[in-house]
Amino acid sequence: MILLEIKALSVTFPTATGAVQAVRSVDLQIEKGAIHGLIGESGCGKTMTGMALLGLLPKGAQVAAEVFRFDGMDLATQAAYLRGKRIALISQDPAAALNPVLTIGRQMDDVLRTHRTQPKAARQAVAVELLAATGLADPVELLNRYPHQLSGGMQQRVVIAQALATGADFLIADEPTTALDVTVGAQVLALLRKLVSERGLTVLMITHDMDVVAAVCDRATVLYAGLSVEEGPARAIMGRPHHPFSAALLAALPDAVPRGHKLAAIEGRIPSPTQAITGCAFAPRCPSCLPVCPDTPPPVRGNSDHRWACHLDKGAR
Amino acid sequence: MDLARYILRRAILSAFVVVGVTFLVFVVAQVVPSDPAALYAGPRPTAEQIEKARVTLNLDAPMPERFVRFAVSMASGDFGVSYKSRRLISQDLGVYLPATLELAIFSTLLALLIGIPAGVAAAARRGSWTDRLGSLGSILAVAMPTFFFAMLLQMVFASWLGLLPLSGRLSREISVSDPLTFVTGFNLIDALIAGRPQVFLDALWHLILPALTLAAYPAGIAMRLTRSAMIEILSRRHITAARAMGLSERRILYGHALRNAVGPALTMIGLSFAFALTGSVLVEIIFAWPGLGRYVSESILSKDFPVIAACTLVVTVCYVLMNLVIDLTQAMVDPRVALT
Amino acid sequence: MSGLVRRLGFGGAAGLALILIFALLAMLAPWLAPYPGQGLGDPNVIAKLKPPSTEFWLGTDHLGRDVLSRVIFGTRVSMSAGLLIVASSLLVGLPVGVLAGYFGGWVDEVLMRVTDIFLAFPALLLAVLLAAALGPGLLNSIVAVSVTWWPWYARMARSEVLVLRGQPYVEAALLMGVSHPRILIRHILPGAARPLLVQAALDFGPALLTASALSFLGLGVLPPTADWGKLVDEGRKFFPDRWWVSTAPGLAIFLLALAFSVLGDALRDAEGGKRDDPA
Repeated sequence: MILLEIKALSVTFPTATGAVQAVRSVDLQIEKGAIHGLIGESGCGKTMTGMALLGLLPKGAQVAAEVFRFDGMDLATQAAYLRGKRIALISQDPAAALNPVLTIGRQMDDVLRTHRTQPKAARQAVAVELLAATGLADPVELLNRYPHQLSGGMQQRVVIAQALATGADFLIADEPTTALDVTVGAQVLALLRKLVSERGLTVLMITHDMDVVAAVCDRATVLYAGLSVEEGPARAIMGRPHHPFSAALLAALPDAVPRGHKLAAIEGRIPSPTQAITGCAFAPRCPSCLPVCPDTPPPVRGNSDHRWACHLDKGAR
Repeated sequence: MDLARYILRRAILSAFVVVGVTFLVFVVAQVVPSDPAALYAGPRPTAEQIEKARVTLNLDAPMPERFVRFAVSMASGDFGVSYKSRRLISQDLGVYLPATLELAIFSTLLALLIGIPAGVAAAARRGSWTDRLGSLGSILAVAMPTFFFAMLLQMVFASWLGLLPLSGRLSREISVSDPLTFVTGFNLIDALIAGRPQVFLDALWHLILPALTLAAYPAGIAMRLTRSAMIEILSRRHITAARAMGLSERRILYGHALRNAVGPALTMIGLSFAFALTGSVLVEIIFAWPGLGRYVSESILSKDFPVIAACTLVVTVCYVLMNLVIDLTQAMVDPRVALT
Repeated sequence: MSGLVRRLGFGGAAGLALILIFALLAMLAPWLAPYPGQGLGDPNVIAKLKPPSTEFWLGTDHLGRDVLSRVIFGTRVSMSAGLLIVASSLLVGLPVGVLAGYFGGWVDEVLMRVTDIFLAFPALLLAVLLAAALGPGLLNSIVAVSVTWWPWYARMARSEVLVLRGQPYVEAALLMGVSHPRILIRHILPGAARPLLVQAALDFGPALLTASALSFLGLGVLPPTADWGKLVDEGRKFFPDRWWVSTAPGLAIFLLALAFSVLGDALRDAEGGKRDDPA
């Protein structure tokens, strides 16, 4: 069953100097129970896509989409209603996501009492249970602590527990490991994986890190300059990327390059969000750019399971 | 623990400041004026009277000894004798200080009750008419000279509209024919103790105009500070995170954001109270409010230094202690303060 | 002119215009005041406490002097008092702060603890005590306010210097053996002075308010000269029945302080720039 379906989502900010296109055209199809990666460089519209799902875009944002549906409901009108009820956010920097002057217990309880009508004692029991479910030791004592007394990994677990406390079944995890040490990050990913299978959650995993996709994602969508350029099973994208940008992202991973060779950084820069794009957005940086690429929009190739938008008929090599 | 060390450090610093303040007051009051003895001796003194005063005031002793004596007597609550009235200053202070504190506390409450909600409303609806009106009000309030504002309020609310009393702390019928028994010196409280609601209302009525005068400036500042603090806090990630968890705007504004603004709010309490205390010097003569401020401003004309010095010292020490309490409260509310 | 409005906004430009008008009034007082003699204090007892009329636009005071002329001449005293307070505070505060920040260590400790003591006083009260001790007079009241004012600049200068001191070019100059006075004058002072001058401009309004308050309490300029604070005080005895005596000078203080505060806000906005970006 498809839980989230988005077609041609765009987010535009009209400004005095012209429209800023934070998201140009994003397609997403997420199966219930899946972890779906949303991968791209910084500034490609990953976070904005997530915020559009939550209905938390900055003031002045204009959202348009051909299809924008969550579990049969129209997100364009229902985002504020669904936020916190069905959809919750695990944000990038857990230290910033927790209110520094409120105890963990108070912050858990604020979420719980927004979504449930239970007496205080019952809510506290739920809070303890959820904190324990995220692998935090000594959850009762933790209720009286302040965020700054916790390590980054513990803070992120608290944020996850808060997200669970909303009762949402769809989590948007925005770079949940970026602010953490590698080992701690891996633990958090393992926790998310476990929670997904135990509780039947669905996760949109926003990341710039192919390793994260490889570690936990079932499927993934690659974004470039606010456009989805490839979507398919995570294993297929990691194994044989079809879009040259996906291939370049993969090649930029440190362990994809034999020792002593230069890291394959992607030359050039992402086009500015104010710039109009006529052909393929990646053409100026593409190693296998064809004469048609800069001027003609690329066709969508592949099948419903794995598709990509590129002029090359064989895909990247 | 960090907090304990922080408290100790702040306490030591405050003690040092109190000593320094005492020294400065001593220098200004006893060293700068040309001849305290002549002033002490009263109008047209004889050489003999001046000499006697010189001995009484201990003016010939070496400077360090004089300072120590001054500090010791101040610390023991002996502020000396008023040149003009010859009364004990400590006795006068006992009557005047409560009157001024009552006014200062009331006006601080007023300032915060006006300034903070106005700031929150302006920040929550940035760029709206509420915001613009509030900002305009705060600019006007900050530029208004206190003493002139006092007179304007008198003119409009007392003389023209006749809504509120022109001056004084109580109506004449009460203060002359049936005075309150002095318990705390706070008329509002004393009236309640005496069980006289009529007097309570009368005291409250007299309090409004002077308190409003003293509240204008701090309310303007409080509005600005709250507004900018709230705008900054509302842009933080944990607010977005709270929204993403589905919390209502109300709870986010008052439960989460305002809690982060406790620091600025405490600072504002200190600022408002200090302003009210010093502003009393200007406002009390205008409203004939029998407090410390009027005591000081009347002493200026008679060059009654011991009175001015004692009042300055008492108010400053109050002020230092209050800042200490505010800093410590700050450290308790926001546990990160003590770490920096 | 339109460029100025664009940079400062309407409010800022209006504030600046108002300040210039007051400055003109101060400079050209003898020519602009309808009764220059009365403006300087000559009594005119046949016209005591007359309400505003075509003859006396803002009425007359208890000695029959034209209030408008008194206010125009008062502009001179009030504006120069504000200016002198800010300038002399800067003159003391800047070097103290610069020395404390530059040398650090015990110099810093001693100087900053001294400023702490001054900052512990509620400013107006210390100024009142000092002005009373020095005796009334314009100069004494300016000194009294400046004594309470300079520590703010010392603090600000110190924090500016702490930033500048860490700059590579200062370290380089030290390593090359450039003398302390030379480094202070060439590298540190100019950098620290700039933000302080902006702050000083912003402080003119509060300085004016404080100086007026002292004057109102009888600690300012001596009769027959009068600044705005003194004029309000003189009218107080006849207030509110003869409201015009106090109202005009009171409004003058309010307007000038308002003009400076609006201009200050505009300057700060123009300097700081406005950031408001999504993402």
